[in-house]
Amino acid sequence: MEKRVRFRSRWLPWALLAPQLAIIGVFFFWPASQALLQSLQQQDPFGMSTEWVGLENFRVLFADESYLESFQTTAVFSLLVAGFGIAISLLLAVFADRVARGAMFYKTLLIWPYAVAPAVAGVLWVFMFSPGVGVVAWALREVGWDWNHLLDAREAMALIVMAAVWKQISYNFLFFLAGLQSIPKSLIEAAAIDGAGPWRRFWSVQFPMLSPTTFFLLVINIVYAFFDTFAIVDAATQGGPGKATAILVYKVYYDGFKALDLGGSAAQSVVLMVIVIALTVVQFRFVEKKVQY
Amino acid sequence: MVERRPSLAVLAHLVLALGVAIVAFPIYLTFVASTHTAQEIVQAPMPLLPGPHLVENYTAALTGTGEGAGSNAPVGRMMMVSLVSALVITFGKIAISLLSAFAVVYFRFPLRELCFWAIFVTLMLPVEVRIGPTYKVVSDLGMLNSYAGLTVPLIASATATFLFRQFFLTVPDELVEAARIDGAGPMRFFRDVLLPLSKTSIAALFVIQFIYGWNQYLWPLLVTTSEDMYPVVIGIKRMIAGGDAAVGWNLVMATAILAMLPPAIVVVLMQKWFVKGLVDTEK
Repeated sequence: MEKRVRFRSRWLPWALLAPQLAIIGVFFFWPASQALLQSLQQQDPFGMSTEWVGLENFRVLFADESYLESFQTTAVFSLLVAGFGIAISLLLAVFADRVARGAMFYKTLLIWPYAVAPAVAGVLWVFMFSPGVGVVAWALREVGWDWNHLLDAREAMALIVMAAVWKQISYNFLFFLAGLQSIPKSLIEAAAIDGAGPWRRFWSVQFPMLSPTTFFLLVINIVYAFFDTFAIVDAATQGGPGKATAILVYKVYYDGFKALDLGGSAAQSVVLMVIVIALTVVQFRFVEKKVQY
Repeated sequence: MVERRPSLAVLAHLVLALGVAIVAFPIYLTFVASTHTAQEIVQAPMPLLPGPHLVENYTAALTGTGEGAGSNAPVGRMMMVSLVSALVITFGKIAISLLSAFAVVYFRFPLRELCFWAIFVTLMLPVEVRIGPTYKVVSDLGMLNSYAGLTVPLIASATATFLFRQFFLTVPDELVEAARIDGAGPMRFFRDVLLPLSKTSIAALFVIQFIYGWNQYLWPLLVTTSEDMYPVVIGIKRMIAGGDAAVGWNLVMATAILAMLPPAIVVVLMQKWFVKGLVDTEK
């Protein structure tokens, strides 16, 4: 879509674009090209010497057990976050769509965790599950479950999944509710006249009609689990115990800023960029489909 | 509603109430913990009803006179840092994006497509994937531990530019023609016609970007090393760094409540625009 009528000026558009272009030039394209460059170099930790190593960094990276494990950790984490996040919020949205009165009330009460910072969410959940003082950990111990996410890798993973899902429910909920409310009432009524009960109507009418929303949320939730959960991990487990919750973004940070392996960290950055680009392409493909739908 | 089924309605309310309870429980617990002394919280199980120490805990947290083993920086100062950064990021993003969207939609100039794509590509480079080199740029520019370092690298936003571009494309061409006939130049048209029309989009973006700015974590973690430039989100993390038992949980939780308040207030008060902002920015 293009404008028919336009203004004419040689310099004005450039003046208007200048701030945006300056910032993306200095803080996006320059660093991104540096990451590409560094990923092909090997530097000593003090920055005294640099040498070209070609794809050596990537070869080392993919031969590194701990990096492959981090990939696996990230995959498990994002599938759990997306799966639980979508299932729980779909359930809540379906019921919120059903209630005649008070839908607005529930909506208001369900949306505000979106405003909680991921780091704060991490701290809250650590507080509840802390083996020493946590009230939930205490309750679990009363029923015979000795919860300690500082020692048990699975429990640490469960903790960050719960914190991440808790924060994301409100977002998914809003999209599912909007999706449900946009399904024409006549379809549901027709199904009811044909004798379909609520359960059958959900699976045969509402759920298929929601599939664009579900797919969109799946991509968004995976992106969220990949990139926006750094703060939750750092606040709740610091990647531990061992490396059990060190997702890819956490590893880039740790290797680059704590272990000072610049080449390796840059190579990891490049891998992450490729993942983001792939996910963005998937997302835009889907947006095109939605327009036709 | 297609049919009346009282049992289903009851089930719906039950499920929703349970959902709300689970979502609200961590916050309730946080609030309760922020009203007790540190000793009362450490004795498991901690009390589940609010205690009498609300005022003194919040005062101690805000002025930094607590006795926890972690950091004890005054939270009042951190809230200021967070507020200033969040507002600068929000208004900076909105201003920059309005201008560049205006240029891309209303002018024809060489390299227009290229500029548009250059902005578009930044969507694919979130801060998390380029932290090392971006940190180096900021430190070379001497912007560590400053508001400029906290905000400027986060100001460029493809999402906001897109939102405004989409919106400008729906503005009728007749308005431009009318403005031209009346002798208005491009900037006059921008200020007197386009800006007032964009009010709703600006409000929607304000909510989303304020939350984004306030909740930043990884970037401030890298570029701030001195206590008086910590945003409150970083401050909380540093307060629990002292190990499980030594943490002054009552003050940590008071700080957590304080850190949650501004974005929560913005979301609840501007709920309509918040929902619009979420839906629009994801198109």
